[in-house]
Amino acid sequence: MGRTIAEKILSAHAGRALKAGDIGICKVDFCFGQDGTSSLIIDSFKKSGKRKIFDPAKFYMVIDHSAPSPNIGVSEIHKKMREFAARTGAGLYDAGCGVCHVVIPEMGHVKPGSLILGADSHTCTYGALNALSAGVGSTDLAITLISGKNWFKVPESVKIEVNGYLKKGVYSKDIILFIIGDMGSGGCTYNSVEFYGDTIKGLSVDARLTISNMAVEMGAKFGVMEADAKVRSFLRQTAKVRGGVNAVTADKDARYIKKKSYNVSGLEPMVAKPHAVENVSTVNKIRNVKIDEALIGTCTNGRLEDMAIAAKILKKHKVNKRVRCIVSPASVSIFEEAAKKGYIRTFIEAECVVISPGCGPCAGTHEGILADGEAAISSANRNFKGRMGNPNSFIYLASPATVAASAVEGKIADPRNHL
Amino acid sequence: MKRAKAHVLEPFDDVNTDYIISGRYKFKISDMKELAKYVFEDIQPGFYKKVKAGDYVVAGENFGCGSSREQAPWAIKKAGISAVLAKSFARIFFRNAFNIGLCLVECDTSGIDNGDIISLDLKKEAVFNHTKGERIKTVPIPGLMRRFLGNGGAIEHFKKYGDFKIEA
Repeated sequence: MGRTIAEKILSAHAGRALKAGDIGICKVDFCFGQDGTSSLIIDSFKKSGKRKIFDPAKFYMVIDHSAPSPNIGVSEIHKKMREFAARTGAGLYDAGCGVCHVVIPEMGHVKPGSLILGADSHTCTYGALNALSAGVGSTDLAITLISGKNWFKVPESVKIEVNGYLKKGVYSKDIILFIIGDMGSGGCTYNSVEFYGDTIKGLSVDARLTISNMAVEMGAKFGVMEADAKVRSFLRQTAKVRGGVNAVTADKDARYIKKKSYNVSGLEPMVAKPHAVENVSTVNKIRNVKIDEALIGTCTNGRLEDMAIAAKILKKHKVNKRVRCIVSPASVSIFEEAAKKGYIRTFIEAECVVISPGCGPCAGTHEGILADGEAAISSANRNFKGRMGNPNSFIYLASPATVAASAVEGKIADPRNHL
Repeated sequence: MKRAKAHVLEPFDDVNTDYIISGRYKFKISDMKELAKYVFEDIQPGFYKKVKAGDYVVAGENFGCGSSREQAPWAIKKAGISAVLAKSFARIFFRNAFNIGLCLVECDTSGIDNGDIISLDLKKEAVFNHTKGERIKTVPIPGLMRRFLGNGGAIEHFKKYGDFKIEA
């Protein structure tokens, strides 16, 4: 019987053959926490009585969820993280470095075939680089800090093929919103999703990361893709990863519990409506919904390609007077590149609010909290009630192009009229 | 576990971690007991005050979906809830709960009404609805999870055994 990508990578890290349903103890190649989860990681680690981390080079903390700190409580958490890093030798990406899921692959911590745990639910992002990466909680992460390992139930796998040519104004965000709408928010619970097809192959690495990032929104543990020349070039040039690449592919006769095939040639720009990601619609069905805030950034869509698309639209028109358009490049290197290419100037001239790299507005911690009754359109991955800091507000999710077009019109708008 | 009141959530399905404990409080409050006062506040204001120690939370499919915040199971545990019964759980929440020693039970919850008096028997793998005189079969809890629960959480388990101790 052939094996899936998840079965192969978990077996390699357990040192014995595992199949779906088995529970194995696996070595972890890299792990991290962010400022919403690290305080509890440190507490759990201390409770264990251990003083040393299994390998300080393999654990990083990222200060991104409320960075720089908006209040004393958070400042104390940040201080605790900095002190823990100094004492144990763990790595630290401090405020301003960017969002964990963008910084970690950029800094070369992700390699194909590797097994990564992060105390953040969108850790599945690195599946686009052929890694098995999953979000866990703080105590789970602390167990790995103690032992260098964790226990894994080998998931059943789901095969999703995406074929067809995307029309102008339609992006990878629209693909994944459409898939989640079809699968439902629990449609792949505890599954490893493998993405295939010509459309995926045609996408840039930036665009693929958007798809893997949102795999968890249908309950998936992993959202993994094959490593091709584009992945190798990203690893070499952006992430400066040295040495060979151990790409992992599934066997032809691997077993899947579900297979789905999508043709996206006719796909329209999509929007997820409040208060669930699976609650999707084409943009044209909900045009004219008024918005008060627009957010371009986050671990889903804050990469250079996203900045380029938004700048292209905002070059022609200013942001509507009744809208705050917040732009947050997702890492400091993206910020720098966006500045070099003139995108940041375009955003400022269009009267956007450009803020430092981080999660703030998406996580509802600071930098753009909505008032009662207000609506936002965001390039993020989650629109749960209260997500952006106010349970009496409304969040719509879309591609950066749709968000930028909506910022210009002051209402949900079709990006194709702006390209 | 003892007889106590069932608190059936509304919405029933897809209760996410933001609904369990909002990010607004998660970042501000690091004392879990204090945080528990805001549990389920965005979907059921005043929930904490209605709960007595030992009560049960009852929900539908995909309970705990969303973020990896461990504050979610902590807030439920520290509010005095003895177990969460749901048709299914999201995976990160599932691990987190057992890791900190909060019991989760998968079963058909559709017949339980708000305020019913129920009790959970892990050995018999059943929930008893005393109000309705019904017995509901539960999905067995994996061995490692039961050991975590028995030891009061994963860290305590680790302190005791120095390792996972799951093979066998």
